[in-house]
This record gives sequence, C-alpha cells and structure tokens, in this order.
Amino acid sequence: MNKQPLRLTINGRERQILVAPYYSLLDTLRDELQLTGTKKGCDEGDCGACTVILDGQPVTSCLVLALSAQGSEVTTVEGLATPETLHPVQQAFIERGGLQCGYCTQGLIMAAVGLLQDNPQPSAEEVKFAIGNNLCRCTGYTKVVEAILLAAERMAEVE
Amino acid sequence: MLRFDFLQARNLRHAISLLERHGEEARPVAGSTDFLVRWRQGFWRPACVVNIKGISGLGRITYSPQNGLRLGALATVQAIETNAQVRRRYQALATGATSFAGVQVRNLATVGGNVCNASPAGDTLPALLAFDAQCGITGPDGARILPLTEFFQGPGRTALQPGELLTELVLPPPPPRTGSLYIKHSPRGAMDIATVGVASVITLEEDGVTCRDARIALGAVGPVPFRAAEAESLLKGRELSPDALAQAAEAARHAATPIDDVRGTAAYRKDMVEALTRRTLQHALRMAGGRRVPFEEQRRLAVQTAF
Ligand SMILES: Cc1cc2nc3c(=O)[nH]c(=O)nc-3n(C[C@H](O)[C@H](O)[C@H](O)COP(=O)(O)OP(=O)(O)OC[C@H]3O[C@@H](n4cnc5c(N)ncnc54)[C@H](O)[C@@H]3O)c2cc1C
Ligand code: FES
Ligand code: FES
Repeated sequence: MNKQPLRLTINGRERQILVAPYYSLLDTLRDELQLTGTKKGCDEGDCGACTVILDGQPVTSCLVLALSAQGSEVTTVEGLATPETLHPVQQAFIERGGLQCGYCTQGLIMAAVGLLQDNPQPSAEEVKFAIGNNLCRCTGYTKVVEAILLAAERMAEVE
Repeated sequence: MLRFDFLQARNLRHAISLLERHGEEARPVAGSTDFLVRWRQGFWRPACVVNIKGISGLGRITYSPQNGLRLGALATVQAIETNAQVRRRYQALATGATSFAGVQVRNLATVGGNVCNASPAGDTLPALLAFDAQCGITGPDGARILPLTEFFQGPGRTALQPGELLTELVLPPPPPRTGSLYIKHSPRGAMDIATVGVASVITLEEDGVTCRDARIALGAVGPVPFRAAEAESLLKGRELSPDALAQAAEAARHAATPIDDVRGTAAYRKDMVEALTRRTLQHALRMAGGRRVPFEEQRRLAVQTAF
C-alpha cells in the first residue's frame, strides 16, 4: 500500500506531499504537515473538533479521505490570523470568553468562519444551528454564541 | 492496523471497470462519512476503495416542470437542504436534509450514500420514498431504472448488483396544491439518529378540501424505510377532516414493525409513529392549502426531541 502524491493548497500555500491511501485529511494535517491546531476529539464525525474549511465549506476532516481532497483548498485555524491581528472570530472568542479548556475551540471557530462566509448577519438561532456539529463540554455554548454574533457585527462594520 | 488502497475513478465507466476488476475486495466511496466510521470500527475491511467523488456531473441538482427533480448521486445533503427548488416544492426532502447531522457532515454526506447505506433510519429516505423517487443505476451491463420502493432489501442491503452504482434519483414534479413535511424524532436535537422519522405528502383537488393523493413514508420502524400504503388509501378521495388524519395515523402505527433499542422501545416507537404521522399530515395539509411556512419554521418542526 504505497503512499500516493497529494497536492493541496493549505492556508494559501501550495503543498505536495505523500500520504498513505487510508489516511484522513485530519491525520494528514496533524502527522504529515504538523498543523496540530486542528484537533482530534472522536474520529467519528460527532464532535467537530477537527473542523476545517475545504473548498469553501466547513467539514469534519476526520471523515475526509486525504486523497479525495486532491487539488483542494484547505483553511485551518492556523490560516486565520495575520502576524499582527487575530481573525475577528478569534478576537471575539477571547473577549466574550467563548472558551475554557480550549479543546473544541478551533472547531467552533472554523464552524463560525464557515457560517459567516455564507450568512454574514445570522440570527442567534442560525448560529446555534450552524454549531450543532460541535461539542463543547465546558462553556455551555452561551458565550460561544455571543462571541460569534459579536464577530458578525464587527465584520459587518468593516465592510 | 487495517489498511486499504485508494483508487480514484475518473468517470462513471472507469469507476465501474475498477469495481468489476477488484470485485468483492473493492468498495465504492462517495462522501466517506459512513465508510470511514465503519472501517475504523472494523466492520468494513475492503482491500481498496474506489472514490467516485470527483466524477463530474454526478452531483448536479436540477428541476424542471416536466421532469421534476433530478438529484445526482453525489449531491450533498447540504446542497439539497439549501436548494431553492427543493425548499419550495419538496418540503419533506428539505426538512429531511435539515434534520440531518450538522453542517460539517452535511457538506460531505451524499444523497447517494444515504440511499446505498440503506439504514432504516436514513433521514432523506422517507421523503424520497414519499415523492416516488426512481433510482438511476449503471453497471457493467448498462443502465437501468428502479423505483426506490424496490431498492431497499434489508438493513444495509440494496438491489445493487456487483459493479453497479447509483447515479441519480429522479422525483416527479409535485402537482399544484401539494404540501409536505418530514419530522425526525430523536433523543437529541442535533447529531443523533432518528428514533422515528415520518414524511407525509398531500395533494389536494381543485376544490381545496378533497384529497387527491396522499403519501406517507416511515423510517426507523422496520428493517427498511417504507410507504404506509394502508394509511395512504384511507385519505385518498376523502375530505381531510381531523378524524380522517387520525385514522390514517392509526393505520400507520399498525404498519410499523419496530424493535427495542437504546433510542426507544418498540411500543414507544409505535406511539411516535402515530403522533408524527398526524403532525406531518396536518402541516402537509396546511401547506397544500396554500399556507406558506417559512423555512426557519420548517426547520424548527423538523427535529422533535424527547426532552
Ligand atoms: C457524525 C455522523 C452523523 C450522521 N448523521 C446522520 C443523520 O443525521 N441522518 C442520516 O441519515 N445519516 C447520518 N449519518 C450517516 C451518513 O452520513 C449518511 O448515510 C450519508 O448520507 C452517507 O453518504 P456518504 O456519501 O458519506 O457515503 P459513503 O460513506 O461514501 O458510502 C456509504 C455506503 O454507500 C455506498 N455508496 C455510496 N455512494 C454510492 C453510489 N453512488 N452507488 C453505490 N454505492 C454507493 C458505499 O459503498 C458505502 O457502502 C451520519 C454519519 C456520521 C459519521
Ligand atoms: S474528530 Fe472529527 S468530528 Fe470529532
Ligand atoms: S472549552 Fe472545553 S470543550 Fe469547549
């Protein structure tokens, strides 16, 4: 079972690597590319900790076969901030206390980034629906929803 | 550790020839959401997978008043949920899709995978059955068409022959004065499997009160999702009074043959079939009568939890 070549654009940078045919996108990011910001909570699609943006859409990367993403664009949590400033969603999570232990946080942030791309002015109900695939054992979600709504507000002001 | 090789299909013919060549050793994968979970659990141990995702044209969703809705097998559940024609004309399918997992899984899961996985609890299946979906199938011997009602043969078992792939689902255009809804009942409001799922479709006569056609499909209460034919025939040609709906709901209860499991006992499931059949019929009837129900409201109705 030979490794096969995989070409991906990750956080704007083109990468060529060799991956085992049974590797998930999640394991590829973490083990082959050392992008360990993306977490593995369950490896079965339930917890959302592994969420990345794949060709513009949030997905659970544990359920993606790496080689099926051939030629795709991937954004991980490492690709959100610039050296100077955090992404508005990251900033809002800090200010509103949208995290405690932090294990789920990158997944929630990527889910929020995915939502705001499609729907820049979501209602609280729409935010809750959009994070239905993300488990958090600490926050109780209230502060998370507030943070995402705050980020939406700020992103609208900038535009 | 279990391993498998990865073969990318360039087009439909290539996929079929790869499946033929590798026989029982190979398994097709689309979104791989069922596949990777079953593989990691050790249930499925193929020597290779034939990836059909990426075959161009197989994910298209189109609607025309003559031919109705064509869903390419690779159409994602998210693409179905957000499709304007689906939301407008096939509400039960849109609500089935909105009740399904969360957005990250919906962006991967395909409708073809949901159908071929043949889980009795698959959330798109009752609506597809209730809208009389036909399956487009292509294999080594060419293409054929099969009604979805004949596709499911048991939990995880389908009418597909070795080397065959599901290519599309075709849903006839709903006549005017048609309304529909799917309700999923599950312990949690998100990311859970249906304890019971019911889809109802109602078409009214021009008089706006007589039932021209009624279709009811039940999920998670038998070895396969199925149409409740008896319940349907109690409604056709009648005026849809609350009594008529209650009788149909009772007939649906009798048609259900559920099992006990962690999500509910068989007796509880039967009660829920009756309740949800009545509720989906009530909403379908209102929509058939011209009442517009915004999608946000349909989404709220789509998942009803135990707690
Ligand atoms: C976390 C999680 C939550 C889920 N929630 C739900 C839910 O709420 N409701 C629900 O119904 N399901 C749910 N599922 C199950 C699953 O996502 C669906 O069944 C999905 O539609 C499968 O599609 P796929 O493209 O990922 O299939 P795959 O995993 O790629 O394939 C599934 C099966 O179908 C076969 N197959 C796929 N496409 C074809 C084709 N075109 N022709 C022939 N065979 C084919 C494969 O060989 C395999 O046996 C969930 C799964 C996970 C992991
Ligand atoms: S690790 Fe992917 S959803 Fe939990
Ligand atoms: S902050 Fe701990 S799991 Fe969410």
